[in-house]
Amino acid sequence: MVQAQRIWNRNREAMSIRHAALIAKVDGIDEHCSYVLRIAFYMNQSLMSQTVLKVATRRLLRLHFEAGIGHIGGNLSCLDAMLCIYHNVMQTDDIFILSKGHSAGALYITLWSRGELTEEDLLTYHKDGTRLSVHPPSHGVPGVVFATGSLGHGVGLAAGISLGKRLRREAGRVFCLTSDGEWDEGSSWESLIFTAQHQLNVTIIVDANGMQGFGKTVEIADLEPLAEKFRSFRVPAEDVDGHDHAAVTSALMSRKMGPLAVVARTVKGNAVSFMQNHWQWHYLPMNTEQYQQALSELV
Amino acid sequence: MVNQQSRPEFAFLTGDLGFMALEDLRTSLGERFINAGVAEQNMVSVAAGMARVGLRPWVYSIAPFVYARPLEQIRNDVCLHNLPVTLVGNGGGYGYGVQGGTHHAIEDYGLLTCLQNIRCYIPAFDGDVPEMVARIFRQDSPAYLRLGLSEQTSDMTLPAYGAWRQLVKGRGSVVLLVVGPMVGGIWAAIRDVENCPNLWVLSELPSHEVPEEFLRQAAQAEHVIVVEEHVARGSTGEMLARELLLRGIHVRRFSHRTAMGYPSRLAGSQKFHRLECGLDAASVLALVRESSP
Repeated sequence: MVQAQRIWNRNREAMSIRHAALIAKVDGIDEHCSYVLRIAFYMNQSLMSQTVLKVATRRLLRLHFEAGIGHIGGNLSCLDAMLCIYHNVMQTDDIFILSKGHSAGALYITLWSRGELTEEDLLTYHKDGTRLSVHPPSHGVPGVVFATGSLGHGVGLAAGISLGKRLRREAGRVFCLTSDGEWDEGSSWESLIFTAQHQLNVTIIVDANGMQGFGKTVEIADLEPLAEKFRSFRVPAEDVDGHDHAAVTSALMSRKMGPLAVVARTVKGNAVSFMQNHWQWHYLPMNTEQYQQALSELV
Repeated sequence: MVNQQSRPEFAFLTGDLGFMALEDLRTSLGERFINAGVAEQNMVSVAAGMARVGLRPWVYSIAPFVYARPLEQIRNDVCLHNLPVTLVGNGGGYGYGVQGGTHHAIEDYGLLTCLQNIRCYIPAFDGDVPEMVARIFRQDSPAYLRLGLSEQTSDMTLPAYGAWRQLVKGRGSVVLLVVGPMVGGIWAAIRDVENCPNLWVLSELPSHEVPEEFLRQAAQAEHVIVVEEHVARGSTGEMLARELLLRGIHVRRFSHRTAMGYPSRLAGSQKFHRLECGLDAASVLALVRESSP
């Protein structure tokens, strides 16, 4: 690991994907895939969807497996959208708010894929004394501007950041990733109304995996068609396949000023066949056999 | 507040209140005055977001609507991040009187002082407010300003503002600590009494730095009385008792007059509710006289 870091630091400019992949192959891809990811991104952004996603998904599974925690289903469902936001859309002045705080694992992996968190950081996840709590922390992680975890806060925080930027004459969009279940919260709608009223540069991305804590979203509080409801509040909105990177990216880029909502239709437990659309993966951790089986699907 | 408009970081959000009160502020602040509508949870989250990018937002409503409705937003979005958001609650205690219990604020600073980083300001007199505003702008953390109706009379001479102030140097063996503007009425009632008590007013919470002079007086007193328009739980009285115990100071007699909710279940003015709870000046005077006949 240390040797790989030295090689990377020394040959930052000249490093090729092949070299990085070679190092990764020698010591095990998960140990060094952050370098692979970064190089892949810098060398050829079109590789993002294939290389980044697969390595990021593997690292996310490992993160949750080693910590022995659940919530992997909702992390897998939003990972594609989060990678698209960070790799394809966000600019220097933009800010991201994770309203569905229970997907912090996917956020940490995304930050790691951007080189904003290190492998060493990830190894502390969920352990005593870590900066990387299971829900995003209030301090200590660059790129995480608000602790979240109680649902229905993110859109209001994003609206406040956007309004603050406007008053300070600062540029930048604010992206806010929500779950679909958290639109049960009245505060989410309060914030949507405020965002529309003030025409704030807030882009809402809904991880619409259709399943929440204890049932299907449509059976608990059916808000469908969600995009139509957003539009009725004067927020342009559209449905997209949340695992189609081109579609997600295109939707996010469709409007750069003012409010925008993208309802990303996703699959809970995406990318792992036996996790898809099963409630147990909202809560339960993986055992060793399940983890290995999941990895085997991501070779 | 209008005087603060020259601060570029100052912004003001109201929960759709301010008719015949905030018009001048709205004019002076322009785009930095935001009517966030009847949506207090969002208003506090928005304020937190604004503070995150360098603004100093003040959030205003009737007191319970600004501390109770959005309590989780205050807890998570503001206090956990130690952001300089100021909550302004109008009508501390039973201030909204016969408007009813939904409009009263009798557990506000108890709830808020349980949270991280926040400091509560409770003006006793109108003249306290400018000094509090200045202090709030100097601190880089959350604040709550509990507004009430001053009972200061024209012949009262106040010492310079401080979190703790001794208003009357007593002649008797009673120490009386009051929180909030009702201290004006109590002061008027006790000042001509023979053996009048040492009268103190406390205006900021939490306040672990109890003045040595107060501690000395409390240790020597026959009777320490705390009066506040707030329920006993989370009150100044509880805080003071803890501070005295931690310092090993024995108090011979301790009385605590607090808001007690709605004993008769009937509605009335602020005066009516204070009377029901023994918070009116005459009741406090009677309690003082038990120890200073």
